[in-house]
Amino acid sequence: MANYFDMGGYAGFVWPSYAVAAIVLGVLFIATWRGLKSRERTLEALLASRGPRRPRRGAAAPVGERADVTANEETG
Amino acid sequence: MHRFANPNRFLKLANAILPWSTGILVLSLAAGLALSLIWSPVDYQQGHTVRIMYIHVPAAWMGMFAYTAMAVAAAVSLIWKHPLADLAGRATAPVGAAFTFVCLVTGALWGKPMWGTWWVWDARLTSMLILLFLYFGYMALQNAFDDPQRGNKAAAVLALVGFVNVPVIKFSVDWWNTLHQPASVVRMDGPAVDPSMLWPLLIMGLAFKAFYVTVVLLRIKAEIADAKIRALRMSEIHG
Repeated sequence: MANYFDMGGYAGFVWPSYAVAAIVLGVLFIATWRGLKSRERTLEALLASRGPRRPRRGAAAPVGERADVTANEETG
Repeated sequence: MHRFANPNRFLKLANAILPWSTGILVLSLAAGLALSLIWSPVDYQQGHTVRIMYIHVPAAWMGMFAYTAMAVAAAVSLIWKHPLADLAGRATAPVGAAFTFVCLVTGALWGKPMWGTWWVWDARLTSMLILLFLYFGYMALQNAFDDPQRGNKAAAVLALVGFVNVPVIKFSVDWWNTLHQPASVVRMDGPAVDPSMLWPLLIMGLAFKAFYVTVVLLRIKAEIADAKIRALRMSEIHG
């Protein structure tokens, strides 16, 4: 087993190669994932603070929502 | 092409692809690592250092592939003013730069024991280093202007002009006398690598490709969310 990790005397070159790839690609993946999640949270918070979305023109909206929409339009 | 200009349609497509690309990434990475680190033979000349190839070569492929994808996105952005193309280029550049960086570092780690030097200014190594600088330049230009549209345009022009470097990298080993060996997988008379080493290489190549697809799609999703956030904040300011 120790013989295997020694990589025939080239352990100092083989393992760092795999380590560099793992670290660079791993950090990129984690940064990408975190960046996406934080933006999705921000977007949700922004949408929630705006209240229910305005229904499309022509689509009938429930009375309660309509009141929200008009209130939203007045303040926004 | 224009059907995917709609970000919502694109998001639907991306969400359909992501589970598959992630699954392929996990499976091929596990199989590729097992093959390249354990179940592949030791080279009769290079000994165990041949295992560096399974990282170095796929990283080089993906560094060039990502640049090609970025140049295509740049062309689409300049010709059709496709908003998603700018986001795709923005999402691709850091991934391509990461692959190119891994390729250069593992190349140095392979060069030292086999060539006796970490680095030489031969055509293959130099053109690969230029590729890394092109990625850096592209990312810097995108963010160099207050108006993101101008940044995207300048970066797209750089990506297209810099594309000339990709065939130079590919054929540098034929056009010049390089310390780097000539092509041994993608060549006219078929691969010159033994199947026992070719399979681990191809499976690691698949893993790197799946990584690229997964990460680029996640980054484009983040860019779309970012654009929506900016639009919402603008509409709050301007009523």
